[in-house]
Amino acid sequence: MTTEIEVSLYVLVLAVPLGLELVKRVSPLLHTPLMSLTNAISAISVVGSILVAGNGGSPMLSKVLGTIAVMFATINIVAGFLITDRMLKMFKKKETK
Amino acid sequence: MNDSFWQAAYIIAALCVVLSIKWLNSPVTARNGVRAGEFGMLLAVIGTLLRHEVVNFQWIAIAVVAGAAVGAPLAYLMPMTSVPQLTALSHAFGALAAALVGSAEYYKDVAAGDPTTGFKMVALVIESLLGYLTTTASIMAFGKLQELVPTRPMTYKGQNFVNLILFVIAAVLGVWMIMTPTPAWVFPAFTVLSLLFGVLLILPIGGGDMPTVIALLNSYAGAAACAMGFALGNRLLIIAGSLNAASGFILSVIMCKAMNRSFANVLFGAFGQAQTSTAAAATTKPVKSASAEDAAAILESARRVVVIPGYGMAVAQAQHKLRELTDALTKKGVQVDFAIHPVAGRMPGHMNVLLAEADIPYDRMHEMEDINPDFPEVDVALVIGANDVVNPVARHDKNSPIYGMPILDADKAHTVMIIKRSMNPGFAGIDNELYYLDKTLMLFGDAKSFTGEIVKALAGSH
Repeated sequence: MTTEIEVSLYVLVLAVPLGLELVKRVSPLLHTPLMSLTNAISAISVVGSILVAGNGGSPMLSKVLGTIAVMFATINIVAGFLITDRMLKMFKKKETK
Repeated sequence: MNDSFWQAAYIIAALCVVLSIKWLNSPVTARNGVRAGEFGMLLAVIGTLLRHEVVNFQWIAIAVVAGAAVGAPLAYLMPMTSVPQLTALSHAFGALAAALVGSAEYYKDVAAGDPTTGFKMVALVIESLLGYLTTTASIMAFGKLQELVPTRPMTYKGQNFVNLILFVIAAVLGVWMIMTPTPAWVFPAFTVLSLLFGVLLILPIGGGDMPTVIALLNSYAGAAACAMGFALGNRLLIIAGSLNAASGFILSVIMCKAMNRSFANVLFGAFGQAQTSTAAAATTKPVKSASAEDAAAILESARRVVVIPGYGMAVAQAQHKLRELTDALTKKGVQVDFAIHPVAGRMPGHMNVLLAEADIPYDRMHEMEDINPDFPEVDVALVIGANDVVNPVARHDKNSPIYGMPILDADKAHTVMIIKRSMNPGFAGIDNELYYLDKTLMLFGDAKSFTGEIVKALAGSH
């Protein structure tokens, strides 16, 4: 059990500095799309929702909560990615008309 | 299905997530970033559905269809000026999903007769606290942005004390659950406290502080997903969640720096009340105003014009008229640039999105540090719907609440023009010295219609 947690903590201490470095390089021009994109990505919690909702061994209460979570996470994913793309489509360098 | 399939899917998904943010660093590759994110998400979902412990699919299918049916119209129908609201809502949905999974996982263990304690409970407590708190806080932020809730800071006596007490109670319950299995009322009580805490956190925050707060909520939502990763022993969640948490954190630090304020001050300072009395006394000072024709004549003879947009431009939906003005001036050989303060608008990068929507090329948009040295050579600084971010008071008046905030040096331009509805002070209630300078011309009117009049005057003058 301890090693499982240890590995997870290693992942955390690597992922956080990586995230800080990556985000520092994003131009302020794109801060709004950055926020909506990372928000959509964090809805990867849909994975956890599916595991709880679809697990045959979950009690009814957990299944219901999990299913509602799947719905909200999906809203987050769909709205997040679509609005990000809609915004990025508008960023153009030179006149295109 | 073999376990190695979903494990491989998760690893590739993690890589996609990292690449997704990396590609967002430039507008040229940014859309690939979205593709990578979408692909990673798809892999993660398919991989999860193929895991052998997932056996019930009907409910999940219904939930996914319902979620997509709500999410897609949200993304396509929201006008660009409402992006901050949509982002706040999106945070609420994501955080609620994380929190509900935390509750579901807790009750699953209770039902199995093996209540969680120890390390897994630490993760579940953090996940639930941040998840539920971010849900209500984001809904409140949405309410303030949509002006369903008054945007001014709402304070009462002993507010910080009440918040502190609630937080201490929640913390005690949390620690109790971690130490030992608790009575049935403890987890629901903890949930209610977290929800309540989110509401209380946003009450004292004013509309102008929204960029920092939205970024912070973004970070919390990511942290909740990351905590879920620890609770479920899922490293993909840890990676994606911590990237999101890091991103939100950096953005909120940038926002705080751009206002020269600390986190504590933004969250508990109830900025922007109380100063109204001094502003009221000052409004009797004389100002110079001008008509659209005068403004057009001056703009036309300029070599370089720098436009400074603010939240007022978004409210008036003036970005498209501004584009027409830019076109008209460019045709006459005037160089038009846009200077964007980091906290202009209601979320980080808000102004860039609105200008991009109006087809203004992004190489015309400049950050504060890049354009400030240019202002002494700028003929006209045209301020549209911005106020505090060009107030010279921030440079020298130690008593001013915005003292020390970095500003755009509009006052160093040869001529300053300010489109404004009236002399009412802005959100922070601080009088703006810029309005009373000799070189300043006030253009009184609605940002959109006044810009339109200038365009008309320009068209008629050749």
